[in-house]
Order: sequence, then C-alpha cells, then structure tokens
Amino acid sequence: MQTVFRADQGDVTAVDEVSFQIKLGETIGIVGESGCGKSVTSLSIMRLLGKEGRIQQGEIWFNGANLTELSEADLRKLRGKEIAMIFQEPMTSLNPVFTIGNQLIETIRLHMKLNRKESKAYAIQMLTKVGISRPEAILKEYPHTLSGGMRQRVMIAIALACKPKLLIADEPTTALDVTVQAQILRLMKQLREESGAAIMLITHDLGIVAEMADKVIVMYAGQIVEEADVFSIFEKPLHPYTQGLLQSIPGTENNDNNRLFGIPGSVPSIQRMPQGCRFHSRCEYATEKCIHEQPTLKTIKPNHQVKCWLY
Amino acid sequence: MIEAKESPSQTPLIQIEGLKTYYPIKKGIFSRTVGHVKAVDDISLNIYEGETLGLIGESGCGKSTIGRSIVRLENPSNGKIFFQNEDITQYSNQQLKPIRKNIQIIFQDPYSSLNPRKKINDILSEPLIVHKLVKPHEVQQNVDQLLDAVGLPRSYKNRYPHEFSGGQRQRIGIARAISLKPKFIVCDEPVSALDVSIQAQILNLLKDLQQELNLTYLFIAHGVGAVKYISTRVAVMYLGKIVELADKADLFNHPKHPYTQILLNSSPLPDPKLRNKERLIIQGEVPSSANPPMGCRFHTRCPYVQDKCKNEEPLLTGFLHTVACHYPLG
Repeated sequence: MQTVFRADQGDVTAVDEVSFQIKLGETIGIVGESGCGKSVTSLSIMRLLGKEGRIQQGEIWFNGANLTELSEADLRKLRGKEIAMIFQEPMTSLNPVFTIGNQLIETIRLHMKLNRKESKAYAIQMLTKVGISRPEAILKEYPHTLSGGMRQRVMIAIALACKPKLLIADEPTTALDVTVQAQILRLMKQLREESGAAIMLITHDLGIVAEMADKVIVMYAGQIVEEADVFSIFEKPLHPYTQGLLQSIPGTENNDNNRLFGIPGSVPSIQRMPQGCRFHSRCEYATEKCIHEQPTLKTIKPNHQVKCWLY
Repeated sequence: MIEAKESPSQTPLIQIEGLKTYYPIKKGIFSRTVGHVKAVDDISLNIYEGETLGLIGESGCGKSTIGRSIVRLENPSNGKIFFQNEDITQYSNQQLKPIRKNIQIIFQDPYSSLNPRKKINDILSEPLIVHKLVKPHEVQQNVDQLLDAVGLPRSYKNRYPHEFSGGQRQRIGIARAISLKPKFIVCDEPVSALDVSIQAQILNLLKDLQQELNLTYLFIAHGVGAVKYISTRVAVMYLGKIVELADKADLFNHPKHPYTQILLNSSPLPDPKLRNKERLIIQGEVPSSANPPMGCRFHTRCPYVQDKCKNEEPLLTGFLHTVACHYPLG
C-alpha cells in the first residue's frame, strides 16, 4: 500500500510499500517514532484520509472485501461495525455537545438494528463491561464531566459495542496515567479473550507492545523496516533502528547509571526523504551502499523480515 | 555523579517547610470562595546541592505545583521556601530578581513554552540582557556557546520555534534555563512529550550539563523510567502529600508504601516474557483534592487497607527512608 497526500508543492508520500496481514484473534503492534506513518496506515484502512489524502497504490482486503474499491456507502456500514477504532485523545474524540448515552446508543442503533429500549439496555450492559460503576447516570452525562480514564473506557465501550472483527487502537493509553493505563490494558486483554477480535495496536511505548502484541511491525519514515513475532523482536532485534529504540528505554536494568543510547538526529520530513536506506543518516553501521541503494524487506527466518543491507 | 544523602552535615540548597498551595474554588455572582483545591498540602522537603530529586505521582497529585511554587510562579498559601538559607517565600518581584537567576525551570510542553513570534536568538539573549550578565557586545558569543552546549548548530539562532521538532525545542528550553548559570533547575516533565529515542538524547544532555555546571535538579515526571534513570533520591506524591522518600535504589528495590509499590509495577516492562505476570492494579482514579478522604488519603484505593487507615492520618516517619503509612511493607 502507498498513501499520498496532496500538498502545496505536489504530492507527498506518507506511507510507502507497506504490506502486512492480521489474522482473527491476533494482536499486532505497530511501533515507531512520531511521523513514521503509523497512524496514516490505520487511517488508510478505515479510509479516513480526508480530502487531500488517497491510497495511490496497493489494496486493502478485509474479510474478502477490497476496501480500496468499496463505495463510501458500503464503507460506512463497515466502519464502527466490523472495524472499530479507538483514538489517542479521549478528550477530543467524543463529541462535547452530546451526552455519552447519545453517542453510544447512536452506534448501537445504527449497526445493530435494535429499538430504543433495547439499545439503552445494551448500552448499560457495555458500560458495565468496561468497568464503569454507575452506567445509568453516566449515560446522561456529557464528556467534559468525565476523567480521561473514564472517557477512554467509554470510547472502548463504543468501539466494542458492535462486536467488531478488527479493533484499531491508536495510542489508546498515551494520554493516561500509568495506573489507569494498567487498568485499560487489562480491560483490553479481557475483551480480546471474550470477543476474539483482531487488534491493531499503534503505540510508541515498547512496554505496551511487549505486554499485548503477538506480532510486531516496526515502521520508519513511512516504511516497514522490521517485522517479527514479539519474542524475536525483543530478544534479537535485527534492524539498527529497532535496536536503537530498545536501547533508548530509560530505567531498564542495563542502563541504570550509564548513558542512554538515544538515536542521533530525528525522523526525516516526508517532503525530503533521503536517498538509499531512509535510516542511513542516523545509522551507526551505514556504508556507501546504504547511501545510494534502498534495501528490500528480506526474510531472514520464518516470521522475521528486515529491511537492511546488513543481512 | 555526586552522591547526596540526607545527612545533617550538609546544608540543603532548597529547603521547603510545611508548604501549602491552595487554589480557591469560587461560585456565584459574587465569586464567593466555597472551598479550596489543596494542590500541595503541608510538604517539607530538602534538596541538596548536586543531587537530582525525582518527584513522581499521578496527574493532579500536586507535583508540578511544588515545582512552580519554588520558582514562585505560584504563590504559596502557607509554609516557607528557603534558597541557600534565605527565606524567599514573601519576596517581592524586585527582591526575587537576583534569586530567579539561580532558580530556573524547564517546562513539559516544548510547543507552548517558547514564544512563537521570537527568534531563537531573541529567546536566548533576553535573559542575558535583562540580568546584565554579560556586556552587550558579548551577548552573541554567549548565545553561540549556549547552542553548542545543548547540541544545536549555531546557524539555527535566526529561526523561529515552529521550524523545530519537539526534541530540538526542548533543547532550546534547556539552553534558556542554563543561560543565567543557575544553581537549581526545576525540570517539569521535560521528556514526557517526546519520542523514546529523543527522550534518551535529552536525558543524556541533562545529565552531562549537571556534571559540567554543577546543577541541582528537581525532576518531576509521571513515568517511572526517566526518574529511575536520572535521580539520586526519589519522592512519591499522592493527593498533595509526600507518601515516601528514599534513595533511588532503596525506593525501587524495597518500596515501603503500597502506593509506591503499585505505581512502580504499573508500567509494562519491555520484555514479553513477563507479560503474564500477575500484577497488582489499583482500581479507580485519584479522588478530588478539593475533598480528600479522611485518614490516610490512599485508603480508598489501597489493597491492604485496615480500620486505622480510615480514621488516622499517617505521618511521614523514618530517617533515610521516610514513609507515611500505618502498615509499611516489608
């Protein structure tokens, strides 16, 4: 898949040559720094790219349907019902002028074809499930009266209400305190076991990936640079970028009093992508070849692919 | 790194005694004060020269308010703040000016803490001119040195803040804080908004500068990792109170307060083999600090709560490892 956005100076490519699969019941973690194309990848699946964005190349298949060719009307039926999404900012992803009940019941009535009374009962059931203690009162309240953790619970209730087959969670706990984050992660695990949904988890926190994911995709500058099962990624990361990300985490045993690794420089801007391997300017192993030629995603062993000239 | 321990022989650089910072809650057309948000409620704390005191806790526990009270961006309601044995609590802005040179702050959000209409050169040279620290013809040279110190090219000084990434902006914030050669810097969540690889760069920079310039830090964070990496001693706050304070190794290896134990175990570790380990998770969220619970403030969420905790407030006790709990762990 390739996703491009129209800009003043012409088209810019945000995501390029991205291919992956998610199986039912599987959780894949997508990691990378900000600006690596993680969120654009997920928005492309939902086709929520706005007026300026479009999928230039490639196809997205969901359960036998080609999402890239589906009409807007058909897509609307899928969104929220078959594919649901939780966003990072629980403060801005709920509509401030409608009550929680309004927003939750809207989704349920639209997709589940239940009447008003049944929808309300189902909404209360969902809120109880996500650990909200007084669901009936919450239905009548507006988003601003709830705390961040509560809003994220409501978002999860809305997302899971129609029993989606795929849940896209874009940094679901980044805005929350660690104690509340632990509660939300546990909730997501429970719901995953109950519903058997596939989860696409986008995060920059490698701790969360280690905790939740089965498979990990590492993205850099709009491309996949490494893909493997979660144990291989943490035990034997191959790409220098993945290694750098893992070594940057503060407070782990190996760097308590020493210097942190830290990857020098920052992610290149999408308007000015470097030639050759996109990571070469920040890579300590870069050679002449890396500067001129772009590596391809190579399979090193079953379930482990890496895009680097070292292998 | 200089080891700074709680010992009577050493005089603290910053001394906080019974600090209370309350915000009034106003209601009605006459704005009557109907209550107070007790953001910081009776805190005493010493910060010694050369050390980094880490301060952790959930959002809304008052950790930023402590930092802002020391810099006097907030006016404390009660209590005293000493800087080098000088009581600065009641100082006027005029009296504070020489003190402010020594006490600086780095903010969390590098996007809103730099004036978007000023060039980097103006942002960095203004404090030098206001405090008349260098001669006018030496200002430019000083700005260059500051940019060198934080690892930014000198040519960047003619750019505006919006041309920089988050990590670069945080470097500018650090350059501004060290420009007056302060003794003490409040770092208010300086890496929370940054990517992990950039976080590491900034944490390394803060550590290097501390050694070069003999700085003392109050490092405020809600994430455990960065505090564990950079601190000498760590204080844990809950609802406006300090519940535990100890040497870093002591606190992380043998937490005595149940809240500390839970907080330290809350962030997932980057090791998938530990994923199925059963973890203690606290239910609910921090109660409102306008109306904190009776007795021990943590009793509503504490897994080990007893009757005594509901009625009697525990005091901070201990010598090197202080804890405020009726039934401390281990």
